[in-house]
Amino acid sequence: MKQKRCSSTSETVQVIGDGSTVLIGGFGRGGLPIELIDALCDRRVRGLTIVNNNTGHGETGIGRLIHEGCVAKVICSFPVSKESYVFRDWYDRGAIELELVPQGTLAERLRSGGAGLGGFLTPTGVGTEVAAGKQCIHVNGRDYLLELPLRGDFALIKADKVDPRGNLTYRKAARNFNPVMAMAADQVLVVASEEVPLGAIDPEHVITPGLFVDRYCIVPREQTSLGGR
Amino acid sequence: MALNRYSKKEMACRVANELQEGWVVNVGIGMPLTVLPFVSVERGVIFHSENGIIGMGPELEDPSKGDTDLLSAGKRPVSLIPGGSFVHHADSFLIARGGKLDAAILGAYQVASNGDLANWKLPGAKLGSIGGAMDIAVGARRVFVVMSHTANDGTPKILETLSYPVTARGCVTKIFTDIAVISVTDDGLVLEEMPQGVTIADVQNVTAAPLIASPSLG
Repeated sequence: MKQKRCSSTSETVQVIGDGSTVLIGGFGRGGLPIELIDALCDRRVRGLTIVNNNTGHGETGIGRLIHEGCVAKVICSFPVSKESYVFRDWYDRGAIELELVPQGTLAERLRSGGAGLGGFLTPTGVGTEVAAGKQCIHVNGRDYLLELPLRGDFALIKADKVDPRGNLTYRKAARNFNPVMAMAADQVLVVASEEVPLGAIDPEHVITPGLFVDRYCIVPREQTSLGGR
Repeated sequence: MALNRYSKKEMACRVANELQEGWVVNVGIGMPLTVLPFVSVERGVIFHSENGIIGMGPELEDPSKGDTDLLSAGKRPVSLIPGGSFVHHADSFLIARGGKLDAAILGAYQVASNGDLANWKLPGAKLGSIGGAMDIAVGARRVFVVMSHTANDGTPKILETLSYPVTARGCVTKIFTDIAVISVTDDGLVLEEMPQGVTIADVQNVTAAPLIASPSLG
């Protein structure tokens, strides 16, 4: 069996080079693979395109990636929040590009990319700024926008349990974008809270089958309290 | 003289009363989340949060007891009701677009008399955050807007045509403000309720679209 286990977060992300498109799971801090993001920052890569729902929390996570000059473009649904001041500063200076995508469209573009489809038709965004430059197609009496698939060179995924095959489970709402992104990238890099032996995850409970996972490392979950980080 | 206004609590309670047994209801960030404590679990309303929570409970009174893996769309710690479940993002928005939401409760900057909704970007701003609003407004069977009747400077937020960037066209069903409950109908905006002492003329004065008085107002 191919060895997917890496000894550290830095070994896990060492395959990522300049100019890559990187899908990053998570919704706010929930399910965000922050340890892999930090390891990616330490690699001092440049020119990344980052796909995530948000644009970072202060100077941590994606905020740190932007702050340290690793990011050329973000594709997200919710760029502006009180905590996203690093992104806003870079955006105001014209130093970073933004592609704004409605959240459901972002999820479905990823799913479509993973599924090998050529795109999909959605009623979301018809008659809004989001429709600019997109084909509007009339089907069975309703208008839809043609949205194109989205894939990553890499996906950074936060899982709960992992086994040596790379089978994954997630914890509560930390699931969010993670399973969708794990199916939409050429190489899938995972940080899990716990490694369990082969067979220890009930097959019925596997959310992301190991065939989607290329490399993983373990960072134990110290605490779940919000006071913790 | 200052108008008698519904308190934030009264508004939340009024929206809560609109929800029917067995409904699946999406709640947006901010004021919509204040509705949850007024809906008892026994009523069988299932709250959906865009980040994949089905059966979301109210925000925790003590956030330090929260769990980073169980946050509302506004990124604050919430609870899960017994029998709740989790889905990934593509499925969460399948629920929204696929007709499974009986209602969505959203905040708004503006609502037009034909039900057009604006709630994601200020006019002229370079940046705005869409989040799940466009998908949810398009997909939910009913969209309930809860907002102040006017902006801080007194400018009407209910008008004939939006001046703010559109979130979704013709989607709003009912508007709950601090001085009125208004239904969006094919005939126009129907004023249904006001706080005691507030007249139809008072509400019309701060509404930039014609209001039809409901027969129930007498």
